[in-house]
Amino acid sequence: MIFFWAFVVGGLICVIGQIMFDVFKLSPAHTLSILVIAGAILDGVGWYEPLIDFAGAGATVPITSFGNSLVHGAMQEAEKHGLIGVVTGMFEVTSAGISAAIIFGVIGAIIFKPKG
Amino acid sequence: MGDKKKQKLQPNQQRYQAFQQKREIKRPIFKNCIKAFLIGGLICFIGQLISTFYIYQFNFTEKTVGNPTVATLIFLTMLLTGFGVYDRIAQFAGAGSAVPVTGFGNAVISSAIEYRSEGFILGVGSNMLKLAGPVIVYGVFSAFIVAIIKTILTQWGGF
Repeated sequence: MIFFWAFVVGGLICVIGQIMFDVFKLSPAHTLSILVIAGAILDGVGWYEPLIDFAGAGATVPITSFGNSLVHGAMQEAEKHGLIGVVTGMFEVTSAGISAAIIFGVIGAIIFKPKG
Repeated sequence: MGDKKKQKLQPNQQRYQAFQQKREIKRPIFKNCIKAFLIGGLICFIGQLISTFYIYQFNFTEKTVGNPTVATLIFLTMLLTGFGVYDRIAQFAGAGSAVPVTGFGNAVISSAIEYRSEGFILGVGSNMLKLAGPVIVYGVFSAFIVAIIKTILTQWGGF
């Protein structure tokens, strides 16, 4: 059942992005930034965790989860070390997305040649 | 275009604006949304398959499985981007392929490959995050604001 909800929830988040592209005529960079900020705020209010429990990868794969896990890491450290933890813990949880993108970006640049 | 800007234009330009707006091709919004839903859903479905595999094979829990899933998806994106397949998917799917992390990965990896001709330090190194930069910057900054507010409320406000 979680496969079905992953499909539906993930698809719906993409539809929100598509509406921002087409109806509000935003650039992809604007759309993605807004979605990340929305993810951060949703986690701040505490609504993103239940969504992950409900939809699994449908909530962790869209870019909104990036904002969610940034807040999460910051909050985890903040509980231990107070306000300074907000700064030091920021990348605790979300490291995989950025490090994977950078690592595979460099590997891709070594392996593949640009086209055209 | 806002009304204030419109008033500054010459009458001819105003007529041109109206003409251009009438002739602008209407975007097939509904069709685009369906495509985005299907492809975006499919990518998340694949993500769920990978997550389930990791949970049963490597003892990740549902909370910790997000990270390896994202890394695996970005690895797959590298292959698809390198062979030029991802661009074609993106043309069809619009936001369906841009909103999942694979779109973030694609933005990083495609600019890394593209700027390779300018050298590895000044080309790849400095241009890699050109497209993905705003996402990281505003993600971190908004997370900082949210976390600060939440910390102050929970630790000192007694909520």
